[in-house]
Amino acid sequence: MTIALDEAMALITLEADLLDHGAYHEWLALYTPEAKYIVPIDPDQEDFEATLNYAYDDAAMRRKRVARLLGGRSISAAPPARTIRLLGRARMLECGAASCTVRCAQLLKELRQHRVRDYAANLTYRLARTSDGLRIDRKVIRLLDATEALTAVSYIL
Amino acid sequence: MTNPPDPRTVLAPDRADGSIYSDPALFALEMDRIFMHHWIWVAHDSDIPEPGDFITTFVGAHPVIVSRDRKGTVHVMLNRCRHRAATVCEKAKGSTASFVCPYHGWAYGLDGALRGVPHVDGYDGQLDKASLPLVNLRVADYQGLIFATFDHAIPDLDNWLGAAKPWIDLFMKQGAGWPVKTMGEHKFTFPGNWKIQLENTTDAYHFPIVHKSFLDSVDHETQDTFNFVEGDGFVEDLGHGHSVMVMIPELVDLEADLDAPIPERFRELAAALSHDHPPGQVRRIVRAVGGTGFNLNLFPNLACSMAFFRVLRPLDVTQTEIRHIAIGMDGGPDIANQMRLRLHEHFQGPMGFGTPDDSEAWDRVQRGSHAGRGIPVLLNRGLGGETQGPDGHPRGDVSAETGMRAAYRQWLATLTGEDAA
Ligand code: FES
Ligand SMILES: [Fe+2]
Repeated sequence: MTIALDEAMALITLEADLLDHGAYHEWLALYTPEAKYIVPIDPDQEDFEATLNYAYDDAAMRRKRVARLLGGRSISAAPPARTIRLLGRARMLECGAASCTVRCAQLLKELRQHRVRDYAANLTYRLARTSDGLRIDRKVIRLLDATEALTAVSYIL
Repeated sequence: MTNPPDPRTVLAPDRADGSIYSDPALFALEMDRIFMHHWIWVAHDSDIPEPGDFITTFVGAHPVIVSRDRKGTVHVMLNRCRHRAATVCEKAKGSTASFVCPYHGWAYGLDGALRGVPHVDGYDGQLDKASLPLVNLRVADYQGLIFATFDHAIPDLDNWLGAAKPWIDLFMKQGAGWPVKTMGEHKFTFPGNWKIQLENTTDAYHFPIVHKSFLDSVDHETQDTFNFVEGDGFVEDLGHGHSVMVMIPELVDLEADLDAPIPERFRELAAALSHDHPPGQVRRIVRAVGGTGFNLNLFPNLACSMAFFRVLRPLDVTQTEIRHIAIGMDGGPDIANQMRLRLHEHFQGPMGFGTPDDSEAWDRVQRGSHAGRGIPVLLNRGLGGETQGPDGHPRGDVSAETGMRAAYRQWLATLTGEDAA
């Protein structure tokens, strides 16, 4: 059975909720072992491995990122910023029985050190049907202002 | 305008007043005397490899275009139309035959010469195009590093870099025999004065404290390598405000010790490289990928920092832009360059495991420095243990604040117009 947009969005929304509530260990479990979590710089780039990104995380780097955010040993992430994100404008770009690609918009507000910031992004997910259910096989976060000067992002986009 | 402050009242050899981070009058003086009268780094050769290539950037507060003309000569030109001042180019980089101002269509060559003026009859034959090029700055380069200055009277770049040149040569060994090329950058701002960042590049003392969470994320061998605060490294004043901080002495010369064992984290890369490269070349590439063991701080805006270029730009007295430019081997193996990119992403940038903590610390220096009046910022660490380096300039242990003292001595000399001691 092909993956429906509803089913896909249930997973994507779950991810957003876990991230906004700092449930990072549960977040890790949403990804396949081979999955990549990518925050590119260049908006037109598709060859992420060969270019500089903000993040290009395999499973090991995702675990390290979580350990850093929860470890209390990073002054910029102790505590991590608080965030609220909203997803919308979801569209199925490709779908099959084993995997699908969904694109949606994300508006996120961050509060840290008395400063509120906004980040808008296009999210592109590749989801895969596994024996444990639907999982994220790749997430690409294209920040609207990726090519501008940013400030520290001490949480997971 | 009020009288400029006397910088001598806010700086002593071993301390500074907190107002150096927040006095707008001092900032205005810096932007003029430092950023218009010293050599300012603008680009690396590989940013504009071919004739017609250009980038836009800044020299201090001034927007500029860095272009390579048909003959290969590099020009650094004010990004300001000679008609009514519009910027003629807003693209970050590209390739072109000319720069056409979008307002009334004046067209300039890659060297800035004014070539075309629409409806030129309106000037009654009085317009002297030859006298209206884009304003060219003075340009010089060393080892692919391109610098520019407004000042046509200051000594040449070779003289200015002086004792820093051999360190630039060592830094460029990261090409492993290929030319060094830039491979993208992380750009971020922090709400603080630019000198807080300048200081940090020669601050080994903070590393094990601020970068705990980075150190937690690497293997034990790498942790040992980065455990340098009590090691035999040193900081040397190189004159003209430049300094070098050697953190990992074994990694000063990447072409020495090629027989040293390959660290665990590079073994997979070494194994992959050995399909296409002889063992000696594999070792050379692997050592290059790991980067150098030193930070070379070039006053005022560039650092050749272990494995990347750090470029700072003051935006305002309490606002600074930092770029961490990734570098690699131009023509070198893709897998080796990709590993460099992953190492860069691991530490640098707004989502790295290092930079956000640095920038949090700098942010706090700025905020804390507003507390109280007349309380000094200390710059005296390692002062007592300093010896004379080979050029007669001071050399301190690795966590000495010798590099900061070097930069501030030049800062004071520049602002007061006196010679740096
Ligand atoms: S301002 Fe450039 S052509 Fe008029
Ligand atoms: Fe640091």
